[in-house]
Amino acid sequence: MSLVNPLRPLPIPNPLTEPYWQAALEGVLKMPHCLSCGQFHFYPRSLCPFCRSDALDWQAVSGLGEVYSYTVVHRAPSLGFKGMLPYTVGIISLDEGPHLMSRIVGVPPEEIFIGMRVNVDFESQNSEINLPVFVKSLQAPRVVTPKENA
Amino acid sequence: MGLNEAAIVGIGESACGKVPGQSALQLQTAAARAALEDAGLQWSDIDGLITTPVRVEAWNMPCGVVASHMGLRPAYLSTLDLAGASGAAMIHHAAMAISTGQCETVLCVAGQNLLTHQSRSSAVQVMAESGAAHSQFEVPYGPLVASNYALIAQRHMHEYGTTVEQMAEVAVTLRHHASLNPNAHMQKPLSIREVLDSPMITSPLKRFDCALVSDGAAAAIVTRMDRARDLKSTPIKLLGQGYGLSHSYVGDALQLPLSGAVDSGKKAFQMSGVRPEDIDVAQLYDCFTITVIIELEDLGFCKKGEGGAFVQGGRIGLKGALPVTTHGGLLSAVHPGLGGGFFHVIEAVRQLRGSAGERQVADAKLALVHGNGGSIAIHCTLILGV
Repeated sequence: MSLVNPLRPLPIPNPLTEPYWQAALEGVLKMPHCLSCGQFHFYPRSLCPFCRSDALDWQAVSGLGEVYSYTVVHRAPSLGFKGMLPYTVGIISLDEGPHLMSRIVGVPPEEIFIGMRVNVDFESQNSEINLPVFVKSLQAPRVVTPKENA
Repeated sequence: MGLNEAAIVGIGESACGKVPGQSALQLQTAAARAALEDAGLQWSDIDGLITTPVRVEAWNMPCGVVASHMGLRPAYLSTLDLAGASGAAMIHHAAMAISTGQCETVLCVAGQNLLTHQSRSSAVQVMAESGAAHSQFEVPYGPLVASNYALIAQRHMHEYGTTVEQMAEVAVTLRHHASLNPNAHMQKPLSIREVLDSPMITSPLKRFDCALVSDGAAAAIVTRMDRARDLKSTPIKLLGQGYGLSHSYVGDALQLPLSGAVDSGKKAFQMSGVRPEDIDVAQLYDCFTITVIIELEDLGFCKKGEGGAFVQGGRIGLKGALPVTTHGGLLSAVHPGLGGGFFHVIEAVRQLRGSAGERQVADAKLALVHGNGGSIAIHCTLILGV
């Protein structure tokens, strides 16, 4: 369930990022992927940051990862976040390699730790935006081979 | 003609802290006038101008707006934006403009009424949404600018065992320095206990781990060394500089506790031919307490992971092995946004001239100035000497 505050800033997709938000709307976490070196990266770029190839596509990832770092926010950056305080902003290290910022939800802040296994979930903001968030996962780390399953 | 053929010959500050009734341009003009007077120069001597953008007003071409406001028609002008690293970079760019013959005497000036223009809350919101966090992939999750640094701090604590007490010691030391700076925003001494008991902002960072929001402007005048020798004060030389970039956003940085200061420091030391142990005073960018700890490591003053231990026991105090940010920095002296890091340059000049009053570091001959922008992302290191 999500109580969406209209004052909260939402992403405005652009041609570079549209596939990410479109997939999120369908409940899938997709990452930019290099057809040349095979690596995933994030945030989206025009060229693969590892090999500079422009042969890029978007592939669904497992949505599994671990907490790389986190912070419990006690003071809202703007009015739209006030009702949510305190909330946990984290950096998630996906099993496929990329990092991304997100919120860690459904876990009391004092139980969150670096290295905690998490998996993706989605918070609907409106008819156009699903925000990927992360919840505590009971699944062990595994090596994931990218597969298109959207 | 090399960059060491240019020298800093004048420095000035506006009133700093809470300065009601002064616009950004008025503050900058006050700082510029003070710098001219300090140098013993006239407005008509200025033929170059470098500034940074401000947040409180929309200026289409900040260097043009500032120059025009001051009645200048410079032969060379430029607006620099390396976020918090802008202050240090302005001096390097001034030296480049002079050494390539674009102009002879450059006014570098930055600052604004960041505090009184708006409430502290709206300043916090403007900063949180103004690009330090990625507009699509970070801002929607609600990080403060401080949260980005909290993520860095948390990871540093995890990897190296850095403690909140060690971070607090940075705040306490810099507050002590500010207590000896008559123009500092916050001068009341602070204890480790007070830092630890201050309100949690974004864990592990508490109120006093975070920089101020202030009004204030600073200015420096850089000119050709042959002219500098005829002026009032000891010319301060730029001996070396370097830049470094590790990432653009904190969320996609793969090695968070490691910063671009590694590269900027290495280049600056290489160019100047000196080593970290030769530095008498280091004016390190201190937007948050953790920033100072990471810069000490990445600039080579201690090993990676030992920054927390390094700041303990008075080592970064005025009588310590490496006095750091002796004016009190962004944490306690003044932080008017982009120009905040410029006060570190001004203070380095004071220390090298031996004119820092009660906070003078004995026999300071070599100073390092470090600016950091973004979320410990973009770095500029200067090495200055007499």
